[in-house]
Formats: sequence, C-alpha cells, structure tokens
Amino acid sequence: MTPEELQKIADTELEAKQKGGHTLCVCMAAGCVSTQSDKVKESLQQAIEKHGLKETCKVKGVGCMGLCMAGPLVAVEQTGALYQMVTPQDADEIVKNLGKPPVKRLECDTTQPFFTRQKKIVLENSGIVDAERIEEYIAAKGYEALLEALTSMNPAEVTEQVSKSGLRGRGGAGFPTGLKWGTVAKARGERKFVICNGDEGDPGAFMDRSVLESDPHRVLEGMAIAGYAVGASQGYIYVRAEYPLAVKRLKDAIKQAERHGLLGHNIFGTTFSFNIEVRLGAGAFVCGEETALIASVEGKRGQPRPRPPFPAERGLWDCPTLINNVETFANIPPIIRNGGEWFAGIGTEKGKGTKVFALAGAVKNTGLIEVPMGISLREIIFEIGGGIPDGKKFKAVQTGGPSGGCIPEQFLEMAVDYDSLAKVGSIMGSGGMIVMDETSCMVDVAKFFMEFCMTESCGKCVPCRVGTKQMHELLTKITGGTATAGDLAMLEELCDVVKNTSLCGLGMTAPNPVVSTLRYFRDEYMAHINDRRCPAGVCKIGKEQLATV
Amino acid sequence: MVMNLTKPAMPSDDKRWKIVNATMRRHGHSQHSLIEALHTVQEIFGFLDETALKFVAKSLRMPLSKVYGVATFYNFFTLKPQGEHTCVVCMGTACYIKGAPQILEAIEHIAKIKPGETTADRKLTVISARCFGSCGLAPAVAYDGEVAAKVTPAAATEKIRRWMNS
Ligand SMILES: Cc1cc2nc3c(=O)[nH]c(=O)nc-3n(C[C@H](O)[C@H](O)[C@H](O)COP(=O)(O)O)c2cc1C
Ligand code: SF4
Ligand code: SF4
Ligand code: FES
Ligand code: FES
Repeated sequence: MTPEELQKIADTELEAKQKGGHTLCVCMAAGCVSTQSDKVKESLQQAIEKHGLKETCKVKGVGCMGLCMAGPLVAVEQTGALYQMVTPQDADEIVKNLGKPPVKRLECDTTQPFFTRQKKIVLENSGIVDAERIEEYIAAKGYEALLEALTSMNPAEVTEQVSKSGLRGRGGAGFPTGLKWGTVAKARGERKFVICNGDEGDPGAFMDRSVLESDPHRVLEGMAIAGYAVGASQGYIYVRAEYPLAVKRLKDAIKQAERHGLLGHNIFGTTFSFNIEVRLGAGAFVCGEETALIASVEGKRGQPRPRPPFPAERGLWDCPTLINNVETFANIPPIIRNGGEWFAGIGTEKGKGTKVFALAGAVKNTGLIEVPMGISLREIIFEIGGGIPDGKKFKAVQTGGPSGGCIPEQFLEMAVDYDSLAKVGSIMGSGGMIVMDETSCMVDVAKFFMEFCMTESCGKCVPCRVGTKQMHELLTKITGGTATAGDLAMLEELCDVVKNTSLCGLGMTAPNPVVSTLRYFRDEYMAHINDRRCPAGVCKIGKEQLATV
Repeated sequence: MVMNLTKPAMPSDDKRWKIVNATMRRHGHSQHSLIEALHTVQEIFGFLDETALKFVAKSLRMPLSKVYGVATFYNFFTLKPQGEHTCVVCMGTACYIKGAPQILEAIEHIAKIKPGETTADRKLTVISARCFGSCGLAPAVAYDGEVAAKVTPAAATEKIRRWMNS
C-alpha cells in the first residue's frame, strides 16, 4: 500500500457516495441484532428489489447508533432521518417513502438531547461506517494517522503527541497513556509486545464490545501506531469469548488490513512491520487485570502476580509489554491526526477528551453515549438519559462496576472525571453506568457485587478468597434480617482488611460497593438490622421469608 | 517444536478431531495454544470430556493436571455435556436491576433445575451468566445462543415450556 493507493480508495468511496440515491443504514451491532435487525435488513433489501430501486438505493449494515433501547434502528444516510423499533413489516413503507418526508409513525427524534448533547471522538464512525468494509473506514480518514506516524514522525514524536494530549487509560485506573508508552519504549528487550485489553469484565458495561463491533479498524490502527512508538512488531487483542460478533468482526478486519498491506511487513513501504492476533478470554473477570491477562494469553490459568515488575518491563513471555484498553487505543488515531493539543483542549484539567459510557438500568434512554469529561451526572442521566422511567424517583448511580461505588442524588451536579468520582467513593472504571431508582435496595446491590467478587476471586491470596466469602455471608445475614450490630461492625472491619491486604485490584476494590453504600445509605442497612425491614421491599425478611421457605 | 514425531493418535476417526489438530498446529503445538485448543474443542463438541482433555494434553506435551487446571479455572469451559437446548440468563448488573432474578426464578420453577444443571430428559440446560454486553436491552436471555432483549418472566416461561414439550 502506498499513500497514493490509500487516497485512491478514499476517493473511490467518496465518489460513490456523491452519486446520489439513497442508502439505508441498518444497525448491525449486537444490541439491535438481538431485536432482529438482521431480518429488517433483509426485508429492506427485498423491498428495494420489489420496487425496482436497485440502481439508486442500497442497504448497508453499520455499527451501534447509541440508542440501543429503541432498536432496531435504521437511518437514511443522505437525509439523516432516523427510524426506531423497525420491524421487517415496516420495510416496504420505508422504502416507498425514500425521497419523501420520513414515515412519521417510525421516526426517532434526532433533535433530542440524547443526540445533541454528546461529543463523539471514539464513536465518530459508529453507526456511520460499515464495520465489515475497510474501504469505508479509509474514506473516513482511516489509517491516515498510521501513515503520518510512519512517514513523518519518529517514535518519540508519536509518544510525545500522546503525552501532550493528556490521554489517560480508559480501562479503569486512568494511568497517563503517554507515560506508559514512554516506559515501554525505553525498556530494554529484543522483543516487545502490544496488548489490547478487550476483556470488559464489568457486568453491565458494553463500550468496548460496541467499539470492536462498530469500528474495529480504529483499534487496529491505534495498536499499530503504539507498536511503532514503543518498538513492538507483534500485537494481541484479548477479547471475551462471550462477544462472538466482536471477535468475528475483528478477525475479518485484521484479514482485510493485511490484504491491503496496512498490517504485516513493511507497512507503507517503511521498515516497520506489525501483526495482530486475536486471543479469546474464557469467562474469568480477573483476566481483565493485566498480569492475569498476560498469563491467559500465554495459555495458563489467569492468576495475577505481584507488581513490580510491571508489564512495561516484564510482561508477555517476560518481554516489555504495552497493555492498554480498547477505548484507549481507539482515541489514538484522532490524536495523531489532529495533534495532542487538540485533544487536550477537550474535557477538564485532569481528565482530557471524552468518555464512552454504557448507560443502563432505571433510565429512559439506555444505550451507548460519549460525552466530554466534566459533564455533570445530572446532564448524563436526566438530559441525555431522559430521566427515570415510570414516574419513579432516582436513588443512586453506580459507576465502576464491582470495583466502584454508588453515588447518591446530592452529587448529581458534580463534573465527571477520574478525580471527582474517586472523591465521592466511586471510580471512573471502564464506563459502566447503572442508574437505580427507589425499587433497588442498596444492601442487596452491595450483596450482588460481593457475590460477584466472591465467585470471581482467583483464590490466590487469603484476604480476597476468604474475606469476600465472609463479607458475602454477613451481607446475606443483613438482607435476611438476622444480623446484629456486631455483624455490621465486623463487615466494616473486613472491608478494611481486604482492601489493604489483597494482592490485586480485584480484592483491593471488592469492598468498594459496600463502603460506598454504607457511607450514603446507612439507614437502609440499619432498617434491615434494627427493624428487620427492607425499605425498598426487595429483600425477603420475616413473614415473607417464612412463607417462601 | 513443529517436529511431531510423537504426535498422538486421534481419539477416534471422528473427522472433527482434525479441526482441533489444525488449531494446535497453527500455533506450532506450543503450550500457549492450550486455551485456543480448548475453545475449539468446546465449539465443535459442545463440552470438554476426558478424552478431549487427554488428547490435548498429549498433543501439547503437558501433564493432564495442568490442562484440567486451566479447563476448570475458566467459567466459559464446561466439562459436562449440555442439554438439547440451552437457556442462558444474564445476571449482570443491568439485567439484575431490571428483574433478571425473577426470570431465573420463573425458569427454575417450571424446569425444576438450578443454573448449571440439565433436566433429566436432557432437553434443557439452564445457565446464569455475567453480561452479554446487551445491557441497553436488559434483561437479556440467550436461547440456544441467540440473545433476546427485554425479556419478561412470562415470555421466558413460554419459550421454555415449548422446548420442554417438543
Ligand atoms: C480485577 C480487574 C479487572 C480489570 N478488568 C479490566 C477490563 O475488563 N478491561 C480493561 O481494559 N482493564 C481492566 N483492568 C485494568 C487493567 O489491569 C489495566 O490497568 C488496563 O488494561 C490498562 O489499560 P489502560 O491504561 O488503557 O486503562 C482490570 C483490573 C483489575 C484489577
Ligand atoms: S490449597 Fe486451595 S487455595 Fe491453596 S492453592 Fe491449593 S486449591 Fe488453591
Ligand atoms: S486479590 Fe483476589 S483475585 Fe486478586 S490475586 Fe488475590 S485472590 Fe486472586
Ligand atoms: S446496538 Fe443498535 S443502536 Fe446500539
Ligand atoms: S448486564 Fe445483562 S447484558 Fe449486560
């Protein structure tokens, strides 16, 4: 592939677009596929043929458009009209009305805050390009950043732009990405590796899945740029086996990139070579932790090991290894294209750029959103999210999954970034955001996460293996209405011990959901203990419990 | 490593073993291909039985205990055959908040089995899982691998009943 050839692919694509006619974009990401968007796509194709419009109209599959709860979604590329909850029976009507005002009955309002309040960098192509065609990615400036890095920047300059951007890791801990790249670049070793962490273990989060399904080339390009910057020629993407569609799209994308010479030997005629392989996870949350993930790529049981040495010095097969999250890599191409300073101009002082959140739970608009850092929780939940459905009252929002916490109403005005979330006892995490209303019992929620940590503990160290089990037992006693004040004191003490003496992040953060609910919803704990009553009516206590036994 | 003088014989003349072999060959029969090999076995046979574990262990020249250790560490792998149909109920946070426990309860009630179990007639296996990534459409249930969105206990019961009576 030469720069001219890259340009030519882009031009051919754009020319085809100028030709006029209509393109129906059907969301083919996992959310809409589970509401039968594949059948809708077929019916649209048939309708086009039936009406003899094959010459001027076409149907294409695109990635997630964000408002997954209203799926299947279909957009008309040329007019921007958006249709929601489309069934195969609607296909005929949609096709017949192409070129006329949109079908009112199916229209989805694109002027609502859900669409207008977002800012897209990572998701800029999501819902627009066909993830299965590399040409569309190229036409959307794809692989331009890789070209620029390889032909007009040296590796140190690439890292410098990433440092300048202020990008921090999107996998949870928020470590400065440029700093990490610099460390791996400096580390000595004949072989180095780049790993993309797509394990996405937080149950209730689907950002990485969506990026991989909707715009896989962006992640490949980010990894290749990273490989150039740190001096690696081999990359691995570790993806959960529970995401078969993402795995398939990635594998196809890698093949296409290889065929076009955008991965493989001597990319763009330079001396730089880079290959990427996919590795499947196998259902262990702890494998999201970087040292466990590395063990898993090596084909072993995914158990963490003490750090240091950090993977940057000794990672995969004891070689220096750069490991970043999917969304972190997805931010790289635009940073190289537009410069680090451009990125640093978005967001807050300590949190640059945007963050993708998976908005779920008791909120009207569930789906995938991307917002600038610094936006308030209230804007996310009540404007973009449309508020709480069924006239219920907001109770808390959970971020960071099993390592995070529940944030109560009093902090809704807070600007979201790494530090502000940590200050109120939660974490940014990878981007899961679950809204809870008055029908959720906070003790039950704490128990839910503790059960998760207990079963996902790898068993290597005692505080986590035994501590999570004991904490779970105590929480079960509380939700069962049989706990004493002494049990609560014991629970608080255990939180402290497990947090301070566990080996890896799983154990260290396992108490967080308990600590944060105790901090803001202590009255709910007390109602269970003193009055043997669950205020939300979730836990079966007393009479009800006797009746069900 | 690629010299395979001691390559073990295939467990049977079932052609599918060739696919398992191909996966291991692609990685030069190196031990780090263990997880990939197990994925292939499970994909084509549905579960990992002793024959398969032994075959993989021999092929990769590893002790069976190590292979067993890996196979049991990861939740995705199952050592038991599944029923004719599988119903996987997502118990991730988003689904939990939106009523997944009630769905599971309803299914347990009519199928009379707990998650991880298979009915006596081998018609149905029920599994509880952690998040399919369809959280925007919670609660989600996967019937024979196909994810259904916004499931209600009644809809799940209906589907299971149809399977059980088929
Ligand atoms: C228990 C545990 C689970 C984790 N799960 C994930 C995950 O699913 N995805 C991820 O990117 N990082 C996860 N991490 C963080 C990784 O260890 C690592 O910090 C991250 O992949 C680095 O990438 P980043 O700097 O781009 O964020 C997890 C950490 C722990 C302790
Ligand atoms: S004794 Fe138990 S916890 Fe310890 S290593 Fe063996 S199996 Fe693991
Ligand atoms: S803290 Fe838990 S998950 Fe982490 S190494 Fe220890 S036992 Fe394993
Ligand atoms: S999956 Fe179709 S809009 Fe998200
Ligand atoms: S929590 Fe059920 S699909 Fe994510």
